[in-house]
Amino acid sequence: MGISRRQFFGWMTAAIGSQVAFRPDAKAASNKHFTGYPGSMGVLHDISRCIGCRKCEAACNQVNSLLPPDRPFDDLSVLAQKRRPHANSYTVVNRFDLAGRQLPVFVKKQCNHCQEPACVSACFVKALKKTKTGAVEYDASLCVGCRYCMVACPFNIPSYEYNNPLTPEVTKCTLCQPRIQKGLLPGCVEICPKEALTFGTRDELIQIARQRIQEFPDRYVNHIYGENEMGGCNWMYISNAPFADLGMSEDLGITPAPALTSGALAAVPVVVSLWVVFINGIFAISKRKEQVAAEEKKTAVDQALKTEQTRLNDTVAQLKEKAKADQEAAVKREVKKALEDAAKQAAEIQTDPPEASPQSSETTQPGKQESE
Amino acid sequence: MTQSTPREKTVLTPFNVISGIIILIGVILTILRFAKGLGGVTNLDDNNPWGIWIGFDLMCGVALAAGGYVTCATCYIFGLKKFKCAVRPAILTAFLGYALVVFALNYDVGRPWRLPYPIFLSQGTSSVLFEVALCVFLYLTVLLLEFSPAAFEWLDWKRARHIIGKVSMVLVIFGIILSTLHQSSLGAIFLIVPSKLHPLWYSGYIAVYFFISSIFAGMSMVIFEHSLVARFLHDKIDKEHDIESQNVALGFGKAASFLMAGYLMIQVIGIAIDNDWKYLGTRWGLWFLVEMIGFVGLPAVVYAIGVRERNIKLIQRTAGWTVLGIILNRLNVSIIAFNWQLPLNQRYFPSFPEIMTTVFIITLGLVIFKFIATRMPILYAHPDYPDDH
Amino acid sequence: MEPDYNTLQEFITHTKGIAYLLIAVALVALPLFWRFLTGRDDKKKTF
Ligand code: SF4
Ligand code: SF4
Ligand code: SF4
Repeated sequence: MGISRRQFFGWMTAAIGSQVAFRPDAKAASNKHFTGYPGSMGVLHDISRCIGCRKCEAACNQVNSLLPPDRPFDDLSVLAQKRRPHANSYTVVNRFDLAGRQLPVFVKKQCNHCQEPACVSACFVKALKKTKTGAVEYDASLCVGCRYCMVACPFNIPSYEYNNPLTPEVTKCTLCQPRIQKGLLPGCVEICPKEALTFGTRDELIQIARQRIQEFPDRYVNHIYGENEMGGCNWMYISNAPFADLGMSEDLGITPAPALTSGALAAVPVVVSLWVVFINGIFAISKRKEQVAAEEKKTAVDQALKTEQTRLNDTVAQLKEKAKADQEAAVKREVKKALEDAAKQAAEIQTDPPEASPQSSETTQPGKQESE
Repeated sequence: MTQSTPREKTVLTPFNVISGIIILIGVILTILRFAKGLGGVTNLDDNNPWGIWIGFDLMCGVALAAGGYVTCATCYIFGLKKFKCAVRPAILTAFLGYALVVFALNYDVGRPWRLPYPIFLSQGTSSVLFEVALCVFLYLTVLLLEFSPAAFEWLDWKRARHIIGKVSMVLVIFGIILSTLHQSSLGAIFLIVPSKLHPLWYSGYIAVYFFISSIFAGMSMVIFEHSLVARFLHDKIDKEHDIESQNVALGFGKAASFLMAGYLMIQVIGIAIDNDWKYLGTRWGLWFLVEMIGFVGLPAVVYAIGVRERNIKLIQRTAGWTVLGIILNRLNVSIIAFNWQLPLNQRYFPSFPEIMTTVFIITLGLVIFKFIATRMPILYAHPDYPDDH
Repeated sequence: MEPDYNTLQEFITHTKGIAYLLIAVALVALPLFWRFLTGRDDKKKTF
C-alpha cells in the first residue's frame, strides 16, 4: 500500500499545479536526466552466498584502523542480535532466521554509496561528497555535527561519535576509497571467502546480477536491490529471500533524494521575489487607504468647518443686524420718550413753569450716550 | 532611586530562587555536555540523531517566535495600527526566541564553533538546512536591528535611534520574507525522509503546513504572552497597552481561528492527495486525529466562541491551548512520528539532562525577558517617542 | 502490500477527484465558519 504512495510521490506532486511554489517537483517538470559518474565503481552483495563468517567485519576494522571490538570477530554469537553500523564499525553482518527455511540468511550492511545520496544532499557544509569512483566521501574538517545526514539517510547508515566531546565525526563505510584509488580491492571484498562480494563498475555489476538471476531463477528473488532504490546505489544486492524479510526497506521509492527537496528549494527565489512585490503592494494599498481616509476626514472636517463658519458668520451678521435694529429701536424709543416727556413737560410748563428746565436736560442725556 | 532599597530586599522572590536553581543546574549540565560529549548527557543514538534539542528547542522555538513577523506584518504592512502596542513585545520575544534557538544549537551540534561554516566557509546549497541556517542567521540580525530602537531609547542614543527609525520599513519587509522562508523550510527539512516520517505527517505540503501554522502559532503566542505579562509585569504596562492588548487578543484570536480552519482543510486535502485515508484507522491515525481535532479544530472553534462573546479570558486560554498544539505538531514531525517503523526499544525518549537543559534555556529566556521588559520601553511608550510605539 | 493503484494515471485521477470534492467542501465550510466567527461583530462593534 504505502509503496506505491511513496514511489509515486515525486511525479504525483507534479500534477498539483496550484501549489507550485512549495511542491517538491521541480525535477518532474523538466526532462533532464542524470545518470551518475560514468564508470563509477560499486559492490554487488550476493546474499545467497554469504555465510556470516564476519571476516569482512574484521577486514574492515583492520584496513580502516578502527579500535578492536568488545568481542572478537570470530565470536559468531554476536549475530544473535540485529546490529547496525556504529562509530567503530563501518559494516555489520546480520543473521535472519526465516520461517520455513533450514539455513539462516546473512546480510552485510554498510553504506550503499547511493548514486544521488540523501546524506550528500542534506549536508549543509558539503562535508559529504559523491566522488567519481562511486564512493561517498566524508570530510571531517568541514563537518559541523548537525547530523542531518543521519536523519536523511534512508538506510540508517551514518553514525556519530557521540562520546567524543571535542572532535566528534560522522563515520561510515568509505568504499575503501584510499584503497581503490591505489587499485586495490575494498578490504571486505578482498577477504570474503565465498565471493559473496563482487567489486566492479556499477554497469558490470548490474549485468552480473541479471545473469545470476536469469541462470538461477528459482534461487533468486527477481529484484536487484539498489538498482533503483532512492535513485539507485553503487552497492547492490541480490538475494534468495524477499528483501523485506531481511530488514531492507522496500518502501523507499525510486525518487533520488535531491529531487525530494528540489521543489522546496526552487520555491525560495520565487517566494523572495513575489513576496517583495506582494508585501509592497499590500503596504501601498494600506498606505493609500490611510491616505484616502485621512483626506476624506480632512475634507469632511473642512466641510464641517466651512458650514460651521458660514453659520457662525450668518448668526453674527444676524446678531449684528438685530443689535443694530434694537439700537435703533431703543434710540427711537428714547427719542420718542424724550419727545413725549418734552411734550408733557411743555404741557406742564404751561401749567407749572418753574420745574420744567432741569427735567428736560436730564431726559436728553441717555439718548445722547447711546448714539455715541 | 529611593525605591532601590525596598527592591534590594525582594531579590529572593520565588521567581528568582527557582530560576537561580535551574540556571545553576544548567551550568553544570553545560559543563557535562562539553566535557563528556553528546553521549554523556543525551539519549541520542545513531538511529535517532535528533532529540528534543532539535525537536523542541529549534522546531518549537522558531514556530513560537513567529509572533515577531506576524505582528510586524499586521501592524506595518496591513496597516492595522491597533496592533502597534503588540509590536515591541513581539519583537523582543522573537529576538530572544531566535537567540535562544541559536544558543541551544550550540549544545546540539557536535562542533558548535563551526556553526558559521555553512554561511562563511562551505555552502551546501542543496540542503534545506543550509537555507534554514542562512535565513535564521539573517533574521536574527534583522530582529536585533528591529529591537534596537528600544535599547537606544533606553540608552538615550538619539542619533542611532534616528537612523534605525529610517530603515524600519525595510527591516519589516526583510523580516517577513526571511520568516516565510525558514518557517516553511523547517518543514521542508523533512521532505527528504519519506520512508522515515509517518505518511500522515509526511506530505508534499509540509512546507505550507509549517508556514501557515507558524502564523497562528505566532498570533497565539502574542495573545498568550500578553496574558502572562499582564499578570506578572502589570506595573510595567501603560494604560494604552492594557486596553489595546484586549483588541489584539480579539483581532488575533479571530485571525488565528480562521487560519486554523483553513489549515485543517489543507491537512485533509493533503491526506486526500496522498491517499492516506487508510492510515486514519490505525493507532497513528488516532494520534493524528488527536492533534488535528484536539489541538487545531477544537481550539479554532473555541477561539471563535471567544471572539463572538468578546471573552478575553477564553481567548487567552485558547491561545495557550493552540501553543500546546503547535508544540505537539512539531514534536510529532521531528520525533514522535519520525522513525515510526523502528521497533519500540529503538525509539528515542529524552534523557533527564536533555529535558533539564531545555528547561534551563527557557528559564534563561524568561529571565532575560523580565530584565529587559522591566527596564526598556517595551510594554510602555518612551516619553520621547510616544508615536513610535 | 498490494498497491492501491497500478498506474500513476489511475492514482491521480482518483485522488484528484476526491480533492476537487474537498475543494467544494472548503468553499462552503470556510465561509460558513467565517460567518460564525464574525456573527456578532455588528451587534457589538469590534473592528
Ligand atoms: S547509504 Fe546513506 S550514507 Fe550511504 S550514500 Fe546512501 S544516503 Fe549516504
Ligand atoms: S553531521 Fe556533518 S556531514 Fe552530516 S550533514 Fe551535518 S555537517 Fe554534514
Ligand atoms: S568497503 Fe571498506 S569501509 Fe566499506 S565495509 Fe568494506 S572494508 Fe569496510
